[in-house]
Amino acid sequence: MEVIDLAWWKLALAASMILVLAVFVHLGRLGITRGLLIAAIRTVIQLSLIGLVLEALFAVSGFGWIALMATVMLLVAGREVMSRQQRKLTGGWAFGIGTGAMFLSSFTVTVLTLIVVIGPEPWYAPQYAIPLLGMMLGNTMNGVALSLDRLTESVWRQRSVIENRLMLGQTWREAVGDIRREAMRSGMIPSINAMAAAGIVSLPGMMTGQILAGSPPSVAVKYQILIMLTIAIGTGSGALMAVTWGSRRLFDDRQRLRLDRLLEPS
Amino acid sequence: MRESFGSLRLEQVAVGALSDITLTIPPTEVVCLSGRSGSGKSRLLRAIADLDVHAGRVWLGETEQSATPAHLWRQQVMLVPAESQWWAERVEDHFPVATVMDGLAELGFEPDVMGWSVSRLSSGEKQRLALLRAMARRPAALLLDEPTANLDQESVAAMERWLLAAVRERQLPVLWVAHTPDQIQRVAQRHFRLSGSSLEAQ
Repeated sequence: MEVIDLAWWKLALAASMILVLAVFVHLGRLGITRGLLIAAIRTVIQLSLIGLVLEALFAVSGFGWIALMATVMLLVAGREVMSRQQRKLTGGWAFGIGTGAMFLSSFTVTVLTLIVVIGPEPWYAPQYAIPLLGMMLGNTMNGVALSLDRLTESVWRQRSVIENRLMLGQTWREAVGDIRREAMRSGMIPSINAMAAAGIVSLPGMMTGQILAGSPPSVAVKYQILIMLTIAIGTGSGALMAVTWGSRRLFDDRQRLRLDRLLEPS
Repeated sequence: MRESFGSLRLEQVAVGALSDITLTIPPTEVVCLSGRSGSGKSRLLRAIADLDVHAGRVWLGETEQSATPAHLWRQQVMLVPAESQWWAERVEDHFPVATVMDGLAELGFEPDVMGWSVSRLSSGEKQRLALLRAMARRPAALLLDEPTANLDQESVAAMERWLLAAVRERQLPVLWVAHTPDQIQRVAQRHFRLSGSSLEAQ
C-alpha cells in the first residue's frame, strides 16, 4: 500500500485554520494568541528541519552519526528539564541529575528494546532507533521534570516540617518519605493515565500514524503496546533515579536539610 | 532511676555570629540562655543538635557528635523548637508507637487527646504536646527553645513543675532559651546572655 504524500499547500490549509482559531481567541480577549502562533510556527520549522536531518541520517546510517544525534537529543532534553524547575539545585546538579536519570533510563530501555525485542539489522538502524529514542526521551523528560520540580518545591515549602522530624530523631529518608512518594507519583501519573486510557478514550499518536502510513492495525497495535510499556518503564525508572538522587542531594552527610543547595526561583 | 548519659559538653563551637562557645552542662542542671532576638540563640541550639553546619566539637558524656550517626545523635540530644510542626492527621501519629505516656495529666490533657485531629489544636496545646512527644522518645539531653512562649501563666507553672521533675528523675542536662527574668530565676542554676559573639555569665 502506497502512502499518500501531503502536498505543502495542503499543510498551509491546516495552518490557515490555526490562524482562524487565533483570530477568534484574540477577539474573545482570551490572551493566548501569541503563544499559540509562536508554538505553531516552531512546530513547522522544527519538524521540517528534523525531517531533513532524518533523511540525511537514514542515508548515511553510520553509528557515529546516530550516536551524535542521540547525544544532542539528550542534552536538549536535559536543558528542558532544568528550565522547567522553579527551584533548581545549584552547581550543575539540576542539569546533571535530570540528564543522568534520562540517560540511564531511556537509553537503557531503548537499546534493550532494539536488541532484544525488535531486532533490526543493524540494531542501531535509524528508522527504528531514532523514533523510539525520541518517544522514550520525550516521555521520560516529562516524568523526570515533573518529579524533580515537585520534590524541590515540596521540600522548600515543608522545610520546617522536615527539620522538626529530624529534630525528633528521624532519618532523612523518613523525614522526606511523604514528599518522595508524592514526587514519584506526579512523575508517573501521566504514563499511568495514558496506559489506562489507551485504545478506549484515545488512539495513541504513534499507532494512528502507523495505520495512516499503511501498516495493518494488528501490527500497529503490537508496536503501540511495546511503546507504552517501555515508556512506563523508562519514565518510572527515570523518575525513581531523579527522586532518589535529588532528595539525597538536599541533605548532607550529617543528614542536615541543605536548602542552600536550591536556587531561588528567577 | 537509670544511669545518666553524662554531661553535655560544648568545645569552641562556632556558628553564625557566635564563636568559641565552650560550656559544660552536667546531668540535672538547667542552664538558661537569653539574648536579643537575632543574637543566635536558636542557631546555637540547632548547631548542638547538628542541624546547622558549625565548627567546634560537642560531646554527650563519652559520645562525640561527629562520631555518631546524625539521627541517633538527635534522638539523644533532643531539640524542641519554638514552633512545633505537625505533619500527620492525628496527635498519636507523632508519638513513638506503644509509648508509656508520661505527663499528659500533669500538663492538663485527658488521655483522649491522642486521638484528636491535629487541626483542632491551639498553639498552646501544640507547644505542650510538642514537649511531650519529644520526652516520649527518652532523650538524654534537652535543648528547649522558649518552651512556654504560647502558654498562659497557669500552664507555664504546670509545665515548669513537670519538666523540672522529669529532668531530675531522668538526669538530663538542659539548655533552655528563655526570655522572662522570673522564669530564668525559677528554673535555672546558671544563666548566660548571648552578646556579640560570646556567652556572658549573669
